[in-house]
Amino acid sequence: MPSPKRIGQIEFGLLSPKEIREMSVRKIIWADTYDDDGFPYPQGLMDLNLGVIDPGLRCKTCDQKASECPGHFGHIELAKPVIHVGYTRLIRKLLRVTCRACGRVLLSPEEIEKVVGTEDDQTGDLLSEKDVKKERICPHCGEQQLKINFEKPTTFSEVVVEDGKKVEHKLTPADIRARMEKIPNEDLIPLGINPDVARPEWTILTVLPVPPVTMRPSIILENGQRSEDDLTHKLVDIIRINQRFKENQDAGAPQLIIEDLWELLQYHVTTYLDNEVAGCPPARHRSGRPLKTLSQRLKGKDGRFRGSLSGKRVNFSSRTVISPDPNLSVSQVGVPRAVANEMTIPVRVTVYNIEELRQTVRTGPVRPDVNSPCGSNYVIRPDNRRLRLGADNLDTVADMIEPGWTVERQLRDGDVVLFNRQPSLHRMSIMAHRVKVMEGRTFRLNPAVCPPYNADFDGDEMNMHVPQTEEARAEATILLSVHENILSPRFGGPIIGGIHDHVSGIFMLTHDIRWFTKEEALYLLRYSGIEHMPEPGKKEGGKEFWSNKQVFSQILPDLNMVFKASSCQNCDVCKKEQCERDAYVRIIDGQLKMGTIDKKAIGAFDGQIVNRVIRQQGMKRAAKFIDDLTKLSIRAIMFDGFSFGIDDEDLSKTEYGQIDEVLRNAALDVTRRIKIYEDGQLEPMPGRTIEETLEMQIMQVLGKARDQTGQIAGRHLGLGNSAVVMAVSGARGSMLNLTQMAGCIGQQSVRGERIVRGYDDRTLPHFRKGDRGSDAHGFIQHSYKGGLNPTEFFFHAIGGREGLVDTAVRTSQSGYLQRRMINALQDLKVAYDGTVRSTGGKIIQFQYGEDNTDPTKSAFGDPVDVKGIVESILKEEC
Amino acid sequence: MSTKLNVLEHAMVPDHKIMKDEEVSELLSRYNITTEQLPKIYHDDPAVREIGASADDVIRIIRASHTAGRAEAYRLVVKRPKK
Repeated sequence: MPSPKRIGQIEFGLLSPKEIREMSVRKIIWADTYDDDGFPYPQGLMDLNLGVIDPGLRCKTCDQKASECPGHFGHIELAKPVIHVGYTRLIRKLLRVTCRACGRVLLSPEEIEKVVGTEDDQTGDLLSEKDVKKERICPHCGEQQLKINFEKPTTFSEVVVEDGKKVEHKLTPADIRARMEKIPNEDLIPLGINPDVARPEWTILTVLPVPPVTMRPSIILENGQRSEDDLTHKLVDIIRINQRFKENQDAGAPQLIIEDLWELLQYHVTTYLDNEVAGCPPARHRSGRPLKTLSQRLKGKDGRFRGSLSGKRVNFSSRTVISPDPNLSVSQVGVPRAVANEMTIPVRVTVYNIEELRQTVRTGPVRPDVNSPCGSNYVIRPDNRRLRLGADNLDTVADMIEPGWTVERQLRDGDVVLFNRQPSLHRMSIMAHRVKVMEGRTFRLNPAVCPPYNADFDGDEMNMHVPQTEEARAEATILLSVHENILSPRFGGPIIGGIHDHVSGIFMLTHDIRWFTKEEALYLLRYSGIEHMPEPGKKEGGKEFWSNKQVFSQILPDLNMVFKASSCQNCDVCKKEQCERDAYVRIIDGQLKMGTIDKKAIGAFDGQIVNRVIRQQGMKRAAKFIDDLTKLSIRAIMFDGFSFGIDDEDLSKTEYGQIDEVLRNAALDVTRRIKIYEDGQLEPMPGRTIEETLEMQIMQVLGKARDQTGQIAGRHLGLGNSAVVMAVSGARGSMLNLTQMAGCIGQQSVRGERIVRGYDDRTLPHFRKGDRGSDAHGFIQHSYKGGLNPTEFFFHAIGGREGLVDTAVRTSQSGYLQRRMINALQDLKVAYDGTVRSTGGKIIQFQYGEDNTDPTKSAFGDPVDVKGIVESILKEEC
Repeated sequence: MSTKLNVLEHAMVPDHKIMKDEEVSELLSRYNITTEQLPKIYHDDPAVREIGASADDVIRIIRASHTAGRAEAYRLVVKRPKK
């Protein structure tokens, strides 16, 4: 391989007619492509000198076969010059800044210097159209200049004043070309043009390059007919018109006809270069579809740059809907049999594995069920020929294979695959899982790995990739496997952990104290790989009982820690062991002594226990802990059952009475304050107007009223209520959601203020003008369960819409922000000497993060986890 | 009293110092780089002007760091290009 070279400079220029003729291997004169025998016409658009695409033929220029010949350019001599659409703006500028007679720039050397600066002290500015005044006199030859009009796409004309009337006089491309030729080289430099590589007359085409056939291959349809590429179609048009033009010219046709043909030729060349020019009807295929010409090949999402160069498609990948399966390990992925039968891994045949591989070949391309051994789809002979396995050749091929062959074996349990969900915003969006072949049509994954992928199961799809080489598989297992990625480099804590029902389940299991019989304890622990049951916690009436904390302790590794659970209320003085909420968690020697396990302990993003297990016992043990935990918590939640219905929001008569009273008092309070305001007695708060003060007071009163209804409802609904369990354990929702369901929805707001928009001085025609009362400005005193009245419903929709718009705007903005940041950072890496460098070896940081510390290996930012060490030694909180 | 502010005395401006030639060559050999690979700073940067550095000087900047407490950085003074 040649060594990489540093690029010194890149020069951009125009192709001169001379260069076009020099690089051309053949002049093209015939519009036809193939003759009746299907052989390319010499000097036609498919000339054999331009390269070959049909197998069996050889290129006349380089004598190579179809796949080897890169193709060669030809050229068409145009009857008259035409404008290149891509340069119309440059042409317009040059026509406007140069003299129509002598071709010099319409500025004196002093005026040029004013803009460009002297040779030693350049301003970095270039001459622009604005620097030249319209219709002035040339400072070099004294010629009166005319106004140049430009009409899209390619028409230029001069405005001549005749008998006091303005008359447009059209400039032909030949006229323009003649004027461009007159511009001297030294006048081009202040215009920003390097005359050595880009003479302005080259923007007017006199000869057109014909791209090689390899970049416009024809395809043969099923009925044997040839279908030509869009570019070929367009070139055919150009040659036809060009030919007719020449004939008419030679025959001395009238000026009118010549002009028409010239315009037609201009149209065809224009659409050949760009078929989406403003003011030009796009050239269409016979079917009515616009042709995809040169510019369309490059532009846009599916163009050459974004579609082919920055983005590519891959083989050995698959995509389907995902669904949950808590019985899988977090490091596994359930793969449908149909997918596993299609995707393969190449295995080289050796004397050690030949029998096994023979068996896979005998099984063939269809594996009958998930438990049967995998089959194979192809074998590759030592000469690199592929044999497809079908029902007819299984046994013959199985007998043929010998060391040196390669068998493309199907996926089977335990294979390493990469699993990905878009948008891939961080490195945990692609992780390596172990295959578990399953029936069904969806990818299955443990819900605990949803947070890193940001996946849910409302129809999300994910992609799977099968690494094909031993190196790729090693890299996947060592760097990308799930248990290597439990910690997020974003905040140095675990991103994988219990979610939703895992948290509710483990909360219900470990809260307070409960006793289980042997059967019950085993039901809970059966799937967690427990080898021995501990000594029973108590014996009563000859029966053995185990406590809920004992049950949970079975899945814990040996560790010591003390912390406060999510359900902790942050009392001023912590009651510690006497906490009535059981929120003070103590784990001594791997035994849960007290406290409730919830989101803070095992949840994704928090997971204190998970974090401690990783620090002290390693990633593998943590992955096992999460596996055991998900299984235990699912059994725990199934033990009691967990559901939520409309009657779970029911309160008793006393509560409804209290809520009504709170809301009534709040409404009275609001009217009272409005009265004070209307009497002019209201004292404004510092820095606010009287109106603002009133609004703030009303918001405050109503907010307090809603909170009170929540407290009243909360008094009635205890831990027997599923929504309370979810809110307290941190699994989902908050007490506010519960308040809104059972108590009162509260004030709806737009931009943090009460709703004021609508009609003149009122929000809806249902209210009096100038009404400042609570219900006229979006206070909803009903609950979701009680139901809203029509005006309340309308206000609720207003408030809800603002939320939707906010999230939509936020996601698009933050997405773009992240994209720009990634574009700036993507090629940086940490060198072996600890510096952060760009690909050019330039230093960005002298030490990574200035402290050389990997955030995933630090304890929430600190290099040493002092708290963890002290706790594990003292077995006490520090 | 002069109204001109010495930016170096501002609490938010870290310590800028011109490095001696020996220090620079030691720095370059430590990281195995040329001066071109160093981060840059413009010659008309207020702090650079204040310490009187000119193009091709290397400046040592010692500043308080969130992560490390104290961090050293080195920058090559370059002329600000015209637009």
